[in-house]
Amino acid sequence: MTDTVLILGGRSDIGLATAHAFAALGHPVQLAARDAAALEPEKTDLELRHRVAVTLHELDALDVAGHADFVAALEPAPGIVVSVIGALGDQDADEEDHANAIRVMRANYEGPAVLLACVANQMAARGRGTIVGVSSVAGDRGRATNYIYGSAKAGFTAYLSGLRNRLARQGVHVVTVKPGFVATRMTAHMDLPAKLTAQPGQVADAIVAAVTRRRNVVYVKPVWRLVMTIIRAIPEGIFKKLSI
Amino acid sequence: MTRLSGWGRFPVTEAKVLRPRDEGAVRDALRNGPVIARGNGRSYGDSAVQARGTLDMRGLNRLLAFDPDTGVVEAEAGVMLGDVIRAFLPRGWFPAVTPGTKLITIGGAVASDVHGKNHRHDGSFGRHVAWIDVMDGEGAVHRCTPRDNSELFRWTLGGMGLTGVILRAGFRLRPVTSGWIAQEMRPAANLVEAMEIFETSDATYSVAWFDCLGRGDRLGRSLVMLAEHAERDQLPSSKRHRPFHVPEKPKRRVPLDAPAVALNRYTLRAFNALYHWNGSRKAGPSLVDWDSYFYPLDALLEWNRIYGRRGFAQFQCVLPLISAREGLTALLDAIAASGQGSFLAVLKRLGVQESAFSFPMEGYTLALDFPVNPASLKLMDRLDAITLEHGGRFYLAKDSRLSGETLRAADPRVADFTAMRAGEGRARAFASGQSERLKI
Repeated sequence: MTDTVLILGGRSDIGLATAHAFAALGHPVQLAARDAAALEPEKTDLELRHRVAVTLHELDALDVAGHADFVAALEPAPGIVVSVIGALGDQDADEEDHANAIRVMRANYEGPAVLLACVANQMAARGRGTIVGVSSVAGDRGRATNYIYGSAKAGFTAYLSGLRNRLARQGVHVVTVKPGFVATRMTAHMDLPAKLTAQPGQVADAIVAAVTRRRNVVYVKPVWRLVMTIIRAIPEGIFKKLSI
Repeated sequence: MTRLSGWGRFPVTEAKVLRPRDEGAVRDALRNGPVIARGNGRSYGDSAVQARGTLDMRGLNRLLAFDPDTGVVEAEAGVMLGDVIRAFLPRGWFPAVTPGTKLITIGGAVASDVHGKNHRHDGSFGRHVAWIDVMDGEGAVHRCTPRDNSELFRWTLGGMGLTGVILRAGFRLRPVTSGWIAQEMRPAANLVEAMEIFETSDATYSVAWFDCLGRGDRLGRSLVMLAEHAERDQLPSSKRHRPFHVPEKPKRRVPLDAPAVALNRYTLRAFNALYHWNGSRKAGPSLVDWDSYFYPLDALLEWNRIYGRRGFAQFQCVLPLISAREGLTALLDAIAASGQGSFLAVLKRLGVQESAFSFPMEGYTLALDFPVNPASLKLMDRLDAITLEHGGRFYLAKDSRLSGETLRAADPRVADFTAMRAGEGRARAFASGQSERLKI
C-alpha cells in the first residue's frame, strides 16, 4: 500500500497532518496549494521524518478552468486524493458582503467538487483509487450562525455521496469526513469546547483509518454523530426559533 | 488565560499563552513583554511559565536539515526529541545526550542544557550543539556558535530561556548500530558500594536508583545500572536483521489524581522493597530496547498525577567529588529521618563541565521527588542547607521553590548571569515565574 497521496489544500493544518500520517506509512506525498514554493520547509520536514518523496504543486482551488490540466499533469497519478480545501468566512459580515459569500461558497463546494470530478474520471478510467473529501458537520443542517459555509459544505457532502454511488462499481472508493471542531489556524480565534474539538492529528488518523478500512462517512469524534442526529431531528418549527 | 504549571503541577499560574507558528509571530509576541518560551512543559517548576506571556513553541516544529556525514540535525525549537529519535534511529543515529524523557523539545534541551546518564563521558546536551538561533528582545535573530557570538552561545546553554527566544538549533547525534541497550544491573548494599561501582566502572551510561528509607549500613541501598549501546552483532539472530526495530508497547495513562494519602511512607516502603527485590532478581547483563531503557516513565502517560492534586516538587543538586560522600550521606540521613520517602531517587556521576550557567559540574547528582506539602517543603529547605554546606548547587530545570538567596550562595555565576541579563534589555524582555522568584 504505497500509493502516492495527493493533498488538495496542502498548507492547511489538517492537510499537513494528513500528509505526515500517510508519509509515516511510506506513501509518497504531493502537496497542492497556492504559492506552493513556500511549502519547501514542509516538504523538507516530511522527507526528513519519513524518507518519502514529496513534491509541491501550484493550485488555485477557485480556478476551476485549470483543474483538468492540473490533475492530468500529476506524475505519478495519485492513488489516494484528500481534499481539505475550504474557507470558513465570516457569517455576519458575509451576509452583507456577497462577493465574499460567493468566495466561501466556491471554496467549499465548487472548487473542490470540480477538482474531485477530474480526479474521479482519472481514477474511474484506471479502475482504482480512493477519494477523501473533508466536509463538515455544518453541512448537516443550516444554522443562523454559519449557513453560508454550511450550505456549501452541504452541497459538497451531497456531491461526495453521489460520487461514491457512481464510482462504487468502478473500483473507486469515496470517503466523506466530517471533523466537527478542529483546533487549527482557521479556528484559532474561536473559543472551542475541548470535548468536541479534535486536533489536526486526530483528523489525519481518522482519514488514514477510513481509507484503510474503506469507510464511507466518518465523524472524527463519534460524539458529533450523536449531536448532529439530534440537531437534524428537531422539527423545523422549533428549530427556527433556537439559537444553537 | 490558561492555568499553567510545570511537570510537577506546582506552582499553578494563570497565564496568557501565545502560540506562534513562525518567526514573525514570535517577534510580534515580544511587543508586550516580558515573555518566556515554553516547550513541552517538562521542566518541573515555573521556569517555562510567565503570567504576562508564555510562548508555546511547539508550533515551530519542523526538521530543517540532516547531514549524514556529521550526524548534525537542524531543527526548529519546538521539535520533540522523540521525533528526532523516530526519524533518525532507523538511519543509525541517536541523541548524543538525552534526559529521562523523550517528551521534551529541542529548545528546552538547549535552555536547560540537559544531561543524561552518560554525562561523565559525553557532557551535557550543549557539548553537542553546533549552533543556536536566538531572537533578542528587539526581534533580531542572532546565529550563535562556539566561535561566533560565543558569549550569547555560552549564556544561552543552560540559560533557561532568559537570554532570548531559542528559534532553531543544530546538534550532533551519535552513530549507533542498533536500537538496543546492553544493560548490567548491580545491587549495592549502601552508598559506599554504589559510589565504588560508579568510580570503577567505565560504562557509557550509569545511574543508580536509591531506596531512600534505608538507614545505618543500609543507607543508600541501591541498584546501579550500567549500560552500552548494543552493537548489531551482539543481538540475537532474531533481532539482527532489523536492528533498529523495537516492538511498540501499549501506553498506559494515570487515570486520575491519586489522593494524597496514597503516597504515605508505608506504600513507599512496599514499593521500594518490591523494586529492590525485582532488581536483585534480574542482576547481571540483559538486553533492553532504547525506549524502555532511557524512557521507562514515558510509557506511563501523565505519571505526574500519582502525586495528587497538590502536585510535587523535585529536588536535584550536584555535589563536588571531594564532598560527595559526606554530603550524600547527610542528605539521605535527613530524608530517612523525615520519613518522607521518595518515589524516584536517582544518583548519577557527572563529569567535568566548564559552562557559563549550566547545572552540571564534576561530582554526584541526586534527584528526588516529593509531594508538595508543608513537611516536604520544610525538608527541602533542610536539603538546600546541606547542599550549600557541601559546596553543591541546584538544577533550575527541576526547581519550583528555591530562594534567590540560596541560589546566589550556591553559585557565584549567578551574579554574572544577572549582570548579563541587565545588558541589552534582556531582563525586561524575558522573564519566567522562576526568574522573578529567584531575582535573576
